Amino acid sequence: MRQFLFILGAIAVLFVLNLVLPALVNPYIFQILILCGINIILAVSLNLVNGHTGQFSIGHAGFMAIGGYTCAALTYYLGPQIVERATSIGLPPAVSGITFFVFSLLAGGAASAVAGFLVGLPSLRLRGDYLAIVTLGFGEIIRVMILNVEAVGGARGFADIPGHTNFFWVSFFVFLTILVVRNLTTSTHGRAFISVREDEIAAEALGINTTNYKVLAFVIGAFFAGVAGGLFGHYLMYLHTNSFTFMKSFEVVIMVVLGGMGSITGSVIAATLLTVLPEALRPVKEFRMVIYAALLIFLMIVRPQGLLGMKELSLRTFRSLPFRTEKSKSRQGESGAAEGTNKNAD
Amino acid sequence: MQEFLQQLVNGITWGSIYALIALGYTMVYGILRLINFAHGDVYMVGAFTAYFAARLFGAPGPVSLFAAVLVLLLAMAVSSLLGVVIERGAYKPLRKSPRLTMLITAIGVSLLLENLGLIVFGADPKFFPQIVAPRQIELGVGVLVSSHQIIVLSVSVLLMVALQVVVLKTKIGKAMRAVSFHREASSLMGISTDNVITFTFAVGSALAAAAGVLVALSNPKIDPLMGIMPGLKAFVAAVLGGIGNIPGAMLGGLIMGISEVMVVGYISSTYRDAIAFALLIIILLVKPTGLMGTGMGEKV
Repeated sequence: MRQFLFILGAIAVLFVLNLVLPALVNPYIFQILILCGINIILAVSLNLVNGHTGQFSIGHAGFMAIGGYTCAALTYYLGPQIVERATSIGLPPAVSGITFFVFSLLAGGAASAVAGFLVGLPSLRLRGDYLAIVTLGFGEIIRVMILNVEAVGGARGFADIPGHTNFFWVSFFVFLTILVVRNLTTSTHGRAFISVREDEIAAEALGINTTNYKVLAFVIGAFFAGVAGGLFGHYLMYLHTNSFTFMKSFEVVIMVVLGGMGSITGSVIAATLLTVLPEALRPVKEFRMVIYAALLIFLMIVRPQGLLGMKELSLRTFRSLPFRTEKSKSRQGESGAAEGTNKNAD
Repeated sequence: MQEFLQQLVNGITWGSIYALIALGYTMVYGILRLINFAHGDVYMVGAFTAYFAARLFGAPGPVSLFAAVLVLLLAMAVSSLLGVVIERGAYKPLRKSPRLTMLITAIGVSLLLENLGLIVFGADPKFFPQIVAPRQIELGVGVLVSSHQIIVLSVSVLLMVALQVVVLKTKIGKAMRAVSFHREASSLMGISTDNVITFTFAVGSALAAAAGVLVALSNPKIDPLMGIMPGLKAFVAAVLGGIGNIPGAMLGGLIMGISEVMVVGYISSTYRDAIAFALLIIILLVKPTGLMGTGMGEKV
């Protein structure tokens, strides 16, 4: 009950923020905020594959593209009809439009998940760098294939996508992604994921179906990448395959490694840092990307294990969140008060 | 048939360039287990060095054969120096870190070189001077070969043979093979692994630079981002042939070049970038360690 109330409260806070925020900050900052959210979803979901399960995927942009284009095609081609039908039975267009948008996001995620399953399958046979190059190749193939589909704009790009993405939906899916990945990795299944990373042969010897877990990680990771793609397309209202080159995949891998493999909070911090950094460096003009790259090399040499290593940031704040474990239930009372303040800070 | 042969000739030329780049990837991988993503940008630097060197020697006017060879050697020297600097500066401090950290550093170095290139060389493409006059030569059955294609083929074959001699016949080559077989053990046998690694980077980068000059000669438009796609595809070629395996990289490069040219010639140029990867996935599904790679048994 308490958890339910908390989630309701959080949603209410997000909803209010959604109304207030665009008026408070300028559009530029607001856009960075949205992109931060989308990158966090990408980084945390890739972390499940690369960080927790120890597989090496550099094709996340491909999954993002599948989700983004599927979702955009649904709202673009079917959206108006659905809204019309709904209006004829008395539903206001705003409600039906948003409902269909969320449905399309999930459908985009599902399409990506299917693709994730297909890519996850070769991981039965391939390891390490061979797997990496297959995922990279898969991402590129997806991109070239979309480039040749005229219905989604082909080389011109997919324009006039309805702009449904707002702060509420981005932050909602950020929390959902973190919640799912965090709950999954702290469960029995999570131990299995981590055992695959630590020593595949030993895990197999202990009766863990490593194949299952590898494919599962790919499917879940791809699902959220697809959702992120949907949010991305409906925020910019335009999609082009150039946004989904292997450089985008690299960007997400960099976030995961820089944050620390297997650290969710690390991914969140690194995703935010790497989204804000290129913008913060705008005053130095053409030296922006040079400094960005130099800083990246420097950070990797100074902290090879990533910013947070394998640790999570401040376990105490996590204990006070609704997905607590048995042990922390006794702490409910003292941490309950902290909940509200924590959320508001977000 | 005539068209097919023509495509084959073009494919082999293009493939030998991929092979030259792929060699650098595969050697570095064999020794460090590192995918050196900056390799494609070393290739770009090679092309630009040659561009400036050629202008120094009086191009776009006529240039003597001696000067043309000098341009090639200069580009190779500058790039191998760059390779050594990259290795010493960025990868050496990470010898004992997780492999992924090194990989991210390699991506960082690649980004750094590209963006430095954009500042130093400018974003607009430069036209590489024709330091060797283009001429068409007709082979027996109506197949046309340009003088550039002959240069590309002969230079790359020469370099590959030279590399094989170095790797198989010299002392440093023996050391390279030892280090790539087992780094710790070879270091215990008195091989200076750091020097061997540096040497490998120097050789690989020189080969990439040669590829850069050869490409610039036949497709004379060069820009700071020219290394991204060929670099990636050459890496795919290295994996295709079995990464870490030198003849494998040559074979992979050739297959890549030929299949790409065939797809452009017979299907559609829009699928050019996809074919490389599709081919790779099919081959890896059948033979997970690449065509000539030997699978390393996993020890418990």
